[in-house]
Amino acid sequence: MTPLSLYLLLSALLFAIGLAGALTRRNAIIVLIGIELMLNAANLNFIAFWRYGPNPEALAGVMFVIFSIGVAAAEAAVGLALIIAAYRHYRTTNLDEINTMKG
Amino acid sequence: MTVPFAIIAFLTLASAVAAMSLRNLVHCALTLMLTFAGLAALYLQLGAQFVGFAQILVYLGAVAILIVFAILLTRASEPPRRSRFSATWVVGVGIAAGVFGVLSGVILSSRAIAGVLRPPPDLTVRQIGDQLMGKYVLPLEVIGLLLTAALIGAAIIAMHEQRGSK
Repeated sequence: MTPLSLYLLLSALLFAIGLAGALTRRNAIIVLIGIELMLNAANLNFIAFWRYGPNPEALAGVMFVIFSIGVAAAEAAVGLALIIAAYRHYRTTNLDEINTMKG
Repeated sequence: MTVPFAIIAFLTLASAVAAMSLRNLVHCALTLMLTFAGLAALYLQLGAQFVGFAQILVYLGAVAILIVFAILLTRASEPPRRSRFSATWVVGVGIAAGVFGVLSGVILSSRAIAGVLRPPPDLTVRQIGDQLMGKYVLPLEVIGLLLTAALIGAAIIAMHEQRGSK
């Protein structure tokens, strides 16, 4: 087991935990938290590949993570605003009860 | 495999599981902050100081506070009456386990990542600044525009409805 594969396994496990949470929980906020966890797992992969990659001088992994953190922050802000707007309309954040557009 | 890595990895994974499974949503947010702190420690251990501190500032500082505010504003901090997991939770856990199985199988069988041991690269913030102002200046501008648009959009979406049904 090299350090790189340990980091990759850790990030895969974190991704799976986030995915399980996003798929199984009823509350919309926890689903958003699960998506944040999956994004963070991808960021950890970028940093691990940058650290153990062939040319770390290029800084591509670090740059990608910096921009990814910016995009994730924007996503969290808009997502939580959407949840608050939906809560104001439906008086719940339970995803099972927000089913007006269900076919 | 070093002892600090094992401790940080265990803390990160345990707090991630807790954040995804606890009943009280405020506890979920607090354990999520522990997960983000563990990830920042992993970045620092990998030699990416700037990213580690950016993670602490953005996630522990901003995103965690946003999530706590959303939980408190939506009265979701009260324990739910029904089960906190959806009716089809077995399928969701199965899909997640399948994804982890495929990913770990690929990681363990890959020959491209086997046996790479390199000295840690010395990265200075000056290099990152030079690159951000040189090669990556266009993405930097775009991310600034995106953050501005997200700020305005979030404020408009969450603004109180003047008219319309409640």
